[in-house]
Amino acid sequence: MDIQVVKVGIVSCSGEEIPEGTLCRLACRQALDERPGETVTICLPLFIAGGEEERTFAQNYPTITVDGCDKMCAAKATEMLSGKPSKSLSIPEILKKHGLKPPTKLRHFGAEEDAAVKVVAEEIARAVDEVLEEA
Amino acid sequence: MGKKPKQVVVLPCSGIGKVYGAVARETAYELVEKMRPGLATLTCLPLLVINDPEAVALVTENPVITIDGCPKDCAKKSVEAVGGRVAKAYEAIRFYKQHKDLKPEGIAEVNETGRKLAQVAAAEIAQEVDKLAAGEGE
Ligand code: SF4
Ligand code: SF4
Repeated sequence: MDIQVVKVGIVSCSGEEIPEGTLCRLACRQALDERPGETVTICLPLFIAGGEEERTFAQNYPTITVDGCDKMCAAKATEMLSGKPSKSLSIPEILKKHGLKPPTKLRHFGAEEDAAVKVVAEEIARAVDEVLEEA
Repeated sequence: MGKKPKQVVVLPCSGIGKVYGAVARETAYELVEKMRPGLATLTCLPLLVINDPEAVALVTENPVITIDGCPKDCAKKSVEAVGGRVAKAYEAIRFYKQHKDLKPEGIAEVNETGRKLAQVAAAEIAQEVDKLAAGEGE
């Protein structure tokens, strides 16, 4: 019997314009680095700038999108251009749930922001587990 | 005489897994926060991917400089996909090729050497920002 190893896609908004976008990108990166065998990612603009293989990302992997604000770019872009995400997470909602203050810097995070990155990365990891259980 | 643009959009790519994607982002922040605040501006690149009207207006009504992290050129292609014209397109690796003593490391955020490389890159791009803001080179 073949054992299929399912990987979960994580698509982060890059959120260059706001601190929550930087937090989003760093938390996704942390979650990816901590679960290298079970997760995979793609640079979001490749849904437009890439080829066929990149556009079918969300059809090939059950995908979790993570967004820095209520514009929900990663969720919308994934659904519009690749496939319906299995889960869509939002940084403001995660921060609110954990009683954390939104970050105020665009870059060079310090200890307080790093703690928020860790909390968000753990939420993403939980979502990865849920998607793997359902797969 | 042409109308002078008020702002120049500096758009890094969204690179999440490549060191030069992180260099591109750091370079754009260096320009927007330190070297040309008020003149250089940026927006979230994914807003172009979802065709957000405000972001599309920003890149179609102002000169745009893109900084990409790899030859896939996502920032450049995303601007062009919404009808914007890229006045100058950079690939971040070009700055390392010119400054081999500044080898950047780190894919989420660049290390201290990467920050120095971003400062050097931003100083060069700032000249282009000034030209575009003055209505030259379009
Ligand atoms: S979801 Fe918000 S923070 Fe993220 S890329 Fe879109 S506009 Fe920027
Ligand atoms: S240009 Fe390369 S590094 Fe940047 S977003 Fe595209 S694929 Fe990623």
